[in-house]
Amino acid sequence: MNDMTPTREQREAALEGMGCKRKRVEDVRFTQGKGQYVDDLKLPGMVFGDFVRSPYPHAKITKIDASEALKLPGVIAVLTAEDLKGVNLAWMPTLAGDVQMVLADGKVLYQNQEVAFVIAEDRYIADDAIQLVEVDYEELPVLTDPFKSMDTDAPVLRPDLEGKTEGAHGPRKHHNHIFNWEVGDKDETAKAFAEADVTINEMISYHRTHPSPLETCQCVASMDKVKGELTIWGTFQAPHVIRTVASLLSTIPEHKIHVIAPDIGGGFGNKVGAYPGYICSIVASIVTGVPVKWVEDRMENLSTTSFARDYHMTTEIAAKSDGTVTGLKVHVLADHGGFDACADPSKWPAGFFNIVTGSYDFPTAHLEVDGVYTNKAPGGVAYRCSFRVTEAAYCIERGMDILAQKLEMDPADLRIKNFIKPEQFPYQSALGWEYDSGDYHTAMQKAMDTIGYRELRAEQKAKQEAFKRGETREIMGIGVSFFTEIVGAGPSKNCDILGVAMFDSAEIRVHPTGSVISRMGTKSQGQGHETTWAQIIATEIGIPAADIMVEEGNTDTAPYGLGTYGSRSTPVAGAAIALAARKIRNKAQMIAAHMLEVSEYDLEWDVDGFQVKGNPEARKSMKEIAWAAYHAPPPNMEPGLEAVSYYDPPNMTYPFGAYFCVMDIDVDTGVATTRRFYALDDCGTRINPMIIEGQVHGGLTEAFAIAMGQEIRYDETGNVLGASFMDFFIPTAVETPHWETDHTVTPSPHHPIGAKGVGESPNVGGVPAFSNAVNDAFQFLGNTHIQMPHDAWRNWQAAKNLGAHS
Amino acid sequence: MSDIEQIPVTLTVNGKKVQRFVEPRTLLIHFLREELNVTGPHIGCETSHCGACTVEMNGMSVKSCTVFAVQANGAEMTTIEGMANPDGTLSALQEGFRQMHGLQCGFCTPGMITRAHTLLKENPNPSEEEIRMGIAGNLCRCTGYQNIVKAIQYAAEQLNQPETQEAAE
Repeated sequence: MNDMTPTREQREAALEGMGCKRKRVEDVRFTQGKGQYVDDLKLPGMVFGDFVRSPYPHAKITKIDASEALKLPGVIAVLTAEDLKGVNLAWMPTLAGDVQMVLADGKVLYQNQEVAFVIAEDRYIADDAIQLVEVDYEELPVLTDPFKSMDTDAPVLRPDLEGKTEGAHGPRKHHNHIFNWEVGDKDETAKAFAEADVTINEMISYHRTHPSPLETCQCVASMDKVKGELTIWGTFQAPHVIRTVASLLSTIPEHKIHVIAPDIGGGFGNKVGAYPGYICSIVASIVTGVPVKWVEDRMENLSTTSFARDYHMTTEIAAKSDGTVTGLKVHVLADHGGFDACADPSKWPAGFFNIVTGSYDFPTAHLEVDGVYTNKAPGGVAYRCSFRVTEAAYCIERGMDILAQKLEMDPADLRIKNFIKPEQFPYQSALGWEYDSGDYHTAMQKAMDTIGYRELRAEQKAKQEAFKRGETREIMGIGVSFFTEIVGAGPSKNCDILGVAMFDSAEIRVHPTGSVISRMGTKSQGQGHETTWAQIIATEIGIPAADIMVEEGNTDTAPYGLGTYGSRSTPVAGAAIALAARKIRNKAQMIAAHMLEVSEYDLEWDVDGFQVKGNPEARKSMKEIAWAAYHAPPPNMEPGLEAVSYYDPPNMTYPFGAYFCVMDIDVDTGVATTRRFYALDDCGTRINPMIIEGQVHGGLTEAFAIAMGQEIRYDETGNVLGASFMDFFIPTAVETPHWETDHTVTPSPHHPIGAKGVGESPNVGGVPAFSNAVNDAFQFLGNTHIQMPHDAWRNWQAAKNLGAHS
Repeated sequence: MSDIEQIPVTLTVNGKKVQRFVEPRTLLIHFLREELNVTGPHIGCETSHCGACTVEMNGMSVKSCTVFAVQANGAEMTTIEGMANPDGTLSALQEGFRQMHGLQCGFCTPGMITRAHTLLKENPNPSEEEIRMGIAGNLCRCTGYQNIVKAIQYAAEQLNQPETQEAAE
């Protein structure tokens, strides 16, 4: 070996593999404005579609007259439900087993519902034409309060379901009832409550909000009538699913549908489902024979394409007087709006809400969820969360704080007392999950030590005394949150979308010169897959990440996958990538053995190639092996070096974390200032710490927004409030707190590289940390629970109600 | 085509003079994106809240979704496409965003960098607070801003370096 031979460490560093803070390859184009987003697409002859929307939240439609609109020069067509009926597309199935109107069929169920689709030569003309479409409405009584939805005299929202006593998930008990979902042991739980020393019972609401990515939902549909082929470019988090759904709905054979998701400007769950805009664009292109672009505006986005949350959770915990929890009982009233368009795995009407036992060893639990219709936009998407996991984490983390208050225990100590112990993993939860791994005590201790938890409590106590003496008008809250997530949907035994099992996939092709192209069934919307997927491959097959191109989003070239949401990319596709890479490495080993004229069992892997055991000088690098695979493969071996893997995970993964928020609230103005926010995440093996940290920052900022002000609210008459960035709180750099991040590493035992997924953890854990901080601040004044969002007005009201203004 | 009267507009975009006829109601962002194929600036809200459409017009940061193209007549305009160094390498700001992980989905990035570019001209050595205030008109849904602040600090440091060296000499 001469001095120029790189050391093992140098070779390892050159790979930029797992664990490395590799700079993102995407950024070179994004920082130059060279990303290719849907609205950047311009096709010859392309026209624009836009919606006539209902100003009424609940009304009959008696007439739609488009004749004036059609007279406007540049207007090509106006589609209504009647037109869509001709191609059997007036309604479409939802992922949740319901059906949804594509265009209003005789009535509207929420404000801004799609009534007609105008197709025009440019977007300005389309907008002009919308004003000229005359629609006659006959107003109907409006239902916005989910708690009144099942009153006997509640208006019938869905006459199409009249007489249907069975829904997609079992019996319906009222005309506005969607489903009842029950998990756990009712009798055992009742017994636990009967025998408990202490119980709590609180209705904890998680208000309606919206993922609101900066790029709205949009698409371009282009039907080639000669070839009979349909191409759809769109903001799709799950392009393959869109292709299958488009084929099933349009009856165009799936191989003649090309779905392409180009760069996506954020998704956060908003871009999982199929929306009327996509369907109408497809139909419009079929009708007109030219490409049709549809781009939602911000108001349309916030008020129609998929809200999140709107869960009203009656939470009961039973405990012994020493704080040991003995039972959990939760009833959820889930407001789904006019159609159940939840984007959950099909068998899970309330997603994975049964993770609600959280990080705690509940011997028994019982959960019921009732879904109801109201005159609000349809949806129930997972806004940066794995299918109702945020709601569950908020429920249990508020619940534990309320229990601590009743027991007069410190909320951190109560949590530690009830944590699932490291030796209990894999842990069977009372509501049916098998937690893969965890070390909650270590994480919590590290977090408490780092933030100086006991000192903060002492400071808080002193501040409360000072407040009582009238020396300050500021109160201090410490928010504790210790969440356990369930992500990586999911095993085919219990997860599918419209019957397609929720596996994911990777294809890796090593070229003769030793560079790589790799394609996956996932689709990045900012997660940085082009960077991180290459890191996994680099570590597994010893080819530098810089020589690996990652491509996603084109259903013609990528293997079938279920897409990116629910923090499933790393747990599912990440595993497929590692396993595909290992297939390549196995073949490479045989080729190397042939080249070195030894048995493959005499070889060992060393960073970027194979070497003879005990004789590291005799080695072949992956680059040499790649050439040999195409140049002179061993006899009886197929040439080439590529592999595909479809990965059906054996279990979900269970990331966890300890979050602490320190907050000061001025009782006279209600203004809350986040003094510190510390987030410790354990997502198992860490692929790119820089990207993990970035995701945590972003998720925490969303959590901050949700907890402190972001809301899609409706007034009693069904007007949607908060459907613009004027009213819908998106924090700017000024009000966003500074984030402190930390980690522990407890790998997943069943995942090939031990990774668990992290993108959604900060949203899941962040919301309870903020809300607990606010509630904790007011606790010494007699507060038990204040509903979110905790904006200044509500904080001021809370202070007033608790007598802080007298 | 509609029969609305077309108005002539002449302006300079990223150093190139352009001349077009536009409808008076055409928004600058649509003019840039659809007429000139300058697709770096994005549309996030059309109500001037999000700043994804930010361009520099006559030395000032402007949200091009709430300016008519005709109002830009005679203007000198720079967009994200005009930010790279003359030799095509990334500018200090672009490099700062990459180095500091100041972006994720990339949708706000063109507006954010364009705003930061003008900000650093207004205040070449801003404090963290001044940076946060200076980019408050640009929303980002992915990063939580912390790394954007670092990216702008990185660029400020790079840009101030030659001067610092000169001063030291």
